[in-house]
Amino acid sequence: MNWSLPENIATFGGRIDAVFWVITIVTAIAFVLVEVGIVWFCIKYRQREGHRAFYTHGSKSLEVLWTAVPALAMVALGIYSADVWAYIKYRDAAPAESLHIGVRAKQFEWNIAYAGADEVLGTSDDFTLRNQLHFPAHQPILIWLEAEDVLHSFFIPQLRVKQDAVPGMTIPVWFEATRSGEFQIGCAELCGLGHYRMRARVTIHEPEEYERWLVEQIASHAVASAVPDDTESASEPEPTAHEHTESGM
Amino acid sequence: MATIVAEPTGIPVMEERHEMSFVRKYVFSTDHKVIGIQFLFLSLFFLFVGGFLAMMMRWQLAWPGRALPFGGLFPEAMAPDGIMLPEFYNSLMTMHGTFMVFFAIMLLLVGVYANYLIPLQIGAPDMAFPRLNMASFWLAVPAGVIALASFAVEGGAAGAGWTSYAPLSATPEMSGVSLGQQMWIVSLVFLGLSSILGSTNYITTVINMRAPGMTWTRLPLTVWALFVTAILALLAMPVLSGALIMLLFDQTIGTHFFLPETGGQPLLWQHLFWFFGHPEVYILILPAMGFASEILSNGSRKPVFGYMAMVGAIVGIAFLGFIVWGHHMFMSGMNPVLGTSFMISTLVIAVPSAIKTFNWMGTMWRGNLHFHTPMLFAIGFVMLFVIGGLSGIYMASTPFDMFIHDTYFIVAHIHYVLFGGALFGIFAAIYYWFPKMFGRMMSERWGKIHFGLTFIFFNLAFFPMHSQGLAGMMRRLYDTSGYTHTADLQGTHVFITIAAFALFASGAIFAVNFFWSLARGPKAPANPWNATTLEWQTPSPPRHGNWEQAPVVYHGPHEYSHPDVTDKDWLAQNERPDVVSPAGH
Amino acid sequence: MEAHAMPYYGGRTPETGLAVYTQKVGMWVFLCSEVMFFTGLIGSYIILRFGASETWPQPGEILNIPVTAINTFILICSSVTMVKAFAASEMGDKRGTRLFTLATAVIGATFLGVQIYEYSELLSHGFGPWSGLYGSTFYTMTGFHGFHVFSGVVCMTWATVKAFRGGYDNGNYQGLEVLGLYWHFVDLVWIILFTIVYLI
Repeated sequence: MNWSLPENIATFGGRIDAVFWVITIVTAIAFVLVEVGIVWFCIKYRQREGHRAFYTHGSKSLEVLWTAVPALAMVALGIYSADVWAYIKYRDAAPAESLHIGVRAKQFEWNIAYAGADEVLGTSDDFTLRNQLHFPAHQPILIWLEAEDVLHSFFIPQLRVKQDAVPGMTIPVWFEATRSGEFQIGCAELCGLGHYRMRARVTIHEPEEYERWLVEQIASHAVASAVPDDTESASEPEPTAHEHTESGM
Repeated sequence: MATIVAEPTGIPVMEERHEMSFVRKYVFSTDHKVIGIQFLFLSLFFLFVGGFLAMMMRWQLAWPGRALPFGGLFPEAMAPDGIMLPEFYNSLMTMHGTFMVFFAIMLLLVGVYANYLIPLQIGAPDMAFPRLNMASFWLAVPAGVIALASFAVEGGAAGAGWTSYAPLSATPEMSGVSLGQQMWIVSLVFLGLSSILGSTNYITTVINMRAPGMTWTRLPLTVWALFVTAILALLAMPVLSGALIMLLFDQTIGTHFFLPETGGQPLLWQHLFWFFGHPEVYILILPAMGFASEILSNGSRKPVFGYMAMVGAIVGIAFLGFIVWGHHMFMSGMNPVLGTSFMISTLVIAVPSAIKTFNWMGTMWRGNLHFHTPMLFAIGFVMLFVIGGLSGIYMASTPFDMFIHDTYFIVAHIHYVLFGGALFGIFAAIYYWFPKMFGRMMSERWGKIHFGLTFIFFNLAFFPMHSQGLAGMMRRLYDTSGYTHTADLQGTHVFITIAAFALFASGAIFAVNFFWSLARGPKAPANPWNATTLEWQTPSPPRHGNWEQAPVVYHGPHEYSHPDVTDKDWLAQNERPDVVSPAGH
Repeated sequence: MEAHAMPYYGGRTPETGLAVYTQKVGMWVFLCSEVMFFTGLIGSYIILRFGASETWPQPGEILNIPVTAINTFILICSSVTMVKAFAASEMGDKRGTRLFTLATAVIGATFLGVQIYEYSELLSHGFGPWSGLYGSTFYTMTGFHGFHVFSGVVCMTWATVKAFRGGYDNGNYQGLEVLGLYWHFVDLVWIILFTIVYLI
């Protein structure tokens, strides 16, 4: 059983996990200090006949000490965290050479838009897959996250990445995987009765394998789009909008 | 006979001594003590309801898709063949949060104890506005009835979470709930109004009704906590009311505040909700901190360690509570630069929390510890609140919050703060002030058994949730088994559910003790805990008007083991003007 | 132990209370809550407006500014009469107290009447709360203000009846002073609303 963090496959995941361990050390010290202290006091100062409590209203120096130490620890933690946060989350944080992918969430599915042959997202040759996210490892990926109806949240635990999808907003999310494999996108924001089953398959390919997959997909979608009246694009909702069918796996 | 005494400023004060009818005395009463007791029964009822809803959720989480034991009783729309539907699960989850936060914890802390204790502890005969006080209770009752009734309407009760994030909460087509959500809104508008009226009363009473000699630095810490809590409620509740009404308009008359199609902003709801919601979190913990401070001091037979720092920490936490709401929204799509500033302000809250924790330990240090049931719960409060406080640091740190946001880690955190913190504080308060409220003692032996079982099963039920969250298990899922990365954690759900059932069952010990003692408990003396504050210097229960003779205060609130008092180890606030208590107390 | 005559209200000694009577303190406290209520509404308005500034109508494009300007003047007049009513009561001028409480109630009701006329005109032109964000915010904010004026008028009507029965004679001015605080607050909110909703 996995009692703690799942395997990390993100390039920045190590920095997030480091934050976890730093906080764990700080809190563990405080935890032991307080809990052991209380139990010890309970034993040592339990009521005894003829005993009288020590009359005091406090100690200025002690109080200054236990104000200053946590304050310093918290400010340090804040500065440390802010740095990692800015690296991962700021709006312009994504590396320039990222591969762009569009993700549009709706009840209760993830529609993933890929750039077609022109390698530019948002053009007419884009193609969309339902609940199938494919991308290569060892390359930064920039997701343009949107929602169609209500809030959703894009969560891939192994990539340590989470971002709410908000209708009316397009939010950039970047990450880079360190290995190929099969994972899942989960919806982490309550989105209705099918929230618990709103998940998608994530397939991380080795780069050359991804190229092969992409060529295949472009070819098959080119055939599909040759059929009239089928102008599938990322921005158009699929007609299955509110079908409550089991999606994903 | 009614005596009317004209005040110098011309406000007549009515002192009623005549026998009042049952309705005037127990139903539409204006006596703060009766209103406090009314709130006690109301909120304990909702504590039971909220717990019961949680038990049903736990069943589904442990054994997804298995029929509930009494599932046949539910209508088709909730649980066909006894098997819970996802929409019913969402309603249970939403209403569990709503009942616990608004109707159980908040009413227990503020409705019950602000009402009951403030006038008694400051030496006033009643609240500043007794009729407003009555109105406050009688607004809370319909609020609760409306919220309960929403389960019975078409589409079921609200299902968008106790936070009711828009647009899900604003669009019935997407949530499948229309009338239930509207009733949820109306219920909370009523409760908000009740809370605002109550707070107005508490604040005014503390400012203007203190007995002679009851200076600000002689106020018991309970009163300080309740006073600051009332300020929080006074300033935060109206913002929620405004937001709720906008949400109601979005649903009913076609406005577009939170609907993005015409420029409305879903994030605006979150900003408004959490601008209220974070002060609300402190509304739910500050009074418990006050109870714990006072009971720890009593049980340790020592003055509160660092009284002024404790007051400062209460005020500091309250102030910071208004500038940290964005830490609920790190993943919401709010500009991440704002996230950084909210992270810093949030981490700063650890400082006053640390001051309080260490001062509680300082209070116990070199004390003469009496482990009566209230003391046990107060110690339990400190031990568990610390865990909840420390786990808060994980989510205050934005990069790691990216992983644990909306996971079971958050569920563990909120329950350590609200159950391990607030509810343990409440249990301490109930055991402590029960003799004063009802004139009878609760059973100490069963109180201690209740404490032991609650402490053990609470930890067994909620500590493993930290682990589930760290493994990446998302919260608010009807069935978590579909995710590969947590598929092997189903066993922890079963474990937690069994512990939760045991926790709920140990509540029955409390209920039996409570009601048995109410009828059969031994008569309580005026001051069973040898306590120093004013409420213990009047009979149990106090008469209408509280005092035969108005008290005059000479000492600080927690003068235990004063060296100049040799015949006993406590010094009431209103006795022995010849003894000087140091440090401006 | 010092003996105090029962019953008593604390807060008469300088060290334990304000030198202000309790009802007035209560009203100030309640108004703090009201400030936060309107801050929430106005703050939402500002955020929503900045988010949709290109589609926001120009001042006067939909709303009738001259009519509302006159209405604003009417409401300010009611504040003047409110002050007069309080002053008359404080000075023991029975006739003045009655006259000015009545005038305040009537002028407040007039404001409401004009607001109802304004709403009906707007609605007849198809501009309702469902008309985009502008309609949503306009009706919610002015509606809630109107509700506050309505509550004030109800209280003033009650106060007028009380005044005619001599309830504010003989130095019993406190009720009017407390009501006046509320009344002036509601007027002040209107001046802010008029500025940001109609003029800017």
